[in-house]
Amino acid sequence: MFNCRRKSNGLCLSIFIVAAICSLSVSVKAQSETIDSTVVTDTNLVVAAPPTSVIASEYKYDDAEALELSWVPSIDDQLVDGLVLAYRVYRATNGGELEMIEELTPGNNNFTDHDLSGDSSYSYVVAAVTVSGEYSSNATAAISPEREWLNYEKKWLFLIALFITSAIMYFIRTARKKKLFVRKIAGLEAIDDAVGRATEMGRSILFIPGIQDMDDVQTLAGLTILGRIAGTIAEYDTKLFMPVSRSLVMTAARETIKASFQTAGRPDKYHDDIVTYVTDEQFGYVAHVDGIMVREKPATVFLLGAFFAESLILAETGNSIGAIQIAGTARPAQLPFFIAACDFTLIGEELFAASAYLSDEPRALGSLKGQDVGKALAMFVILIGVLATTIASAWHVEAMQTVVDTLSSVFSTK
Amino acid sequence: MKRQIPLFITFFVGTLLILSVFIPPMETLGEDFTLFFDIIAVFAFFLGGGNLVRVHVTKLMKRKPDWGFSIVTLVGFAFILAAGLFKIGNPGDIASSVTAEGSWFQESFNYILNPLQSTMYALLAFFVASASYRAFRAKNREATILLVAAFIILLGRTPFGMALTAWIPESFSIFQIPNLAIWIMNSPNLAGQRAIMIGIGLGVVSMSLRLILGIERTYLGDDRA
Repeated sequence: MFNCRRKSNGLCLSIFIVAAICSLSVSVKAQSETIDSTVVTDTNLVVAAPPTSVIASEYKYDDAEALELSWVPSIDDQLVDGLVLAYRVYRATNGGELEMIEELTPGNNNFTDHDLSGDSSYSYVVAAVTVSGEYSSNATAAISPEREWLNYEKKWLFLIALFITSAIMYFIRTARKKKLFVRKIAGLEAIDDAVGRATEMGRSILFIPGIQDMDDVQTLAGLTILGRIAGTIAEYDTKLFMPVSRSLVMTAARETIKASFQTAGRPDKYHDDIVTYVTDEQFGYVAHVDGIMVREKPATVFLLGAFFAESLILAETGNSIGAIQIAGTARPAQLPFFIAACDFTLIGEELFAASAYLSDEPRALGSLKGQDVGKALAMFVILIGVLATTIASAWHVEAMQTVVDTLSSVFSTK
Repeated sequence: MKRQIPLFITFFVGTLLILSVFIPPMETLGEDFTLFFDIIAVFAFFLGGGNLVRVHVTKLMKRKPDWGFSIVTLVGFAFILAAGLFKIGNPGDIASSVTAEGSWFQESFNYILNPLQSTMYALLAFFVASASYRAFRAKNREATILLVAAFIILLGRTPFGMALTAWIPESFSIFQIPNLAIWIMNSPNLAGQRAIMIGIGLGVVSMSLRLILGIERTYLGDDRA
């Protein structure tokens, strides 16, 4: 730039210094203009730092259909309330264009992307959104979801289920060899009396199997009890009536009653009108059954199955007509209503045990004994848990806290 | 064979669904089978609807007691079936939604079925009162405990309950009636409910095993357990 001869070194130096000062002043001026244009031209601009450390990782224990995304939220989200309005998650499939897949509220730092394919690769960008625009993170490395064949997260559930199942199977096998003791269940002991009462009074028996379909185990339990008592009803030649709210329950109940009547040697007493379909509508069904109760005044009412809000309406109507009522459900919220309004109530597990109890069949009774092993395990674990928690919190014993944490992880439902 | 095939299906599907809990590629099987069940249930509806019509037509023809109600049932059934099938009164054409606002189907639901259902549901308030009156009579020790617990909870949910024990110092706040009510609900009540839930869970496991292994087959119309 500067081509000087030796003779004029002093002049050259002077020119160089002047040129350098001019150059520096021009540069500073230009820079100052740039800064001014950023700050001054738009005073409403809201700038936020982008999210950092965005990591896409494998979603554990799925069928190659999900990925997990985590990030450190924008520092402006952490420090200034309301600056970041949202986080937008963008996804690029097989190196294609980014598309927005989710908008999350501020403070979020993770997202699980579902419904993906193991054959594709995905990369993600997370952007912090302010009123002025989006401030995006770097894209993550491309990753494909992987298929896992066993869910190790449920290993404890598997082991507990295996233990209880083995106990039940063991008692089913050994039950044939010796007679097992099963405590008396008052509600089931009263069934014969209830049927006999209806016979003596010359009035009918009403059986209500709940309002759920055949895919509910409570309905199945109700029908198995029906199978047991229908034989007694046939022997006593008592009128049975069973309005149902599901078509499949109607079909299954007819088959059950028909078989029981045949076994009791009274197939001629069976007719399809014993079981009638009413409606799937909860309160429409209740209105119909209440009407039957008030008009027909059955001497005995069985309420065995899955019940919801209609439980008390049905049970109170049955109570008001003076019927003897035997109820059972596995819905804890409805049990108090049955206990208040019915003569006998099968509480939870008793509903499922009823069929085995009534059959007096060794293998079925053996399964009840196996249940007791599960109960013993539950009681033992609860006792250990209560003691460990108490000691850990009262005396701060580290070992006891470890026991509590271990039990929590084993019995966690996650 | 009539019994063997259903038993095999029960065993096969039951085992498969248990395994699906632990094997991720099979985890959607439960939803798939629920869908199969729904499809079967839709076809079974024809059985139910057919039975309903048959019962009421017979009642009507034979002039059985209260046969007049059968006319209401049959007319209602035919009306709502026609309104839904032919989309009578739908603002759009036949391709529009059956529940579109203004359609006879939706209007019937909004202005007939819904109020009737609410009426039935409202009866619950009176039945709760009559059931409580019977349940809370102090006939024996257990019933007395129930009565006292219920009294505390009822009182604890009212402003009067709060005012009644507001004088109790903060260090003994557990004895304030609202706090006592919370404690009863969260501790003895919850513990009892959980005990019942554990029993139910084990009962379901046991019942399911009996069904899967074919020990329990009364529901199939087979009384030889």
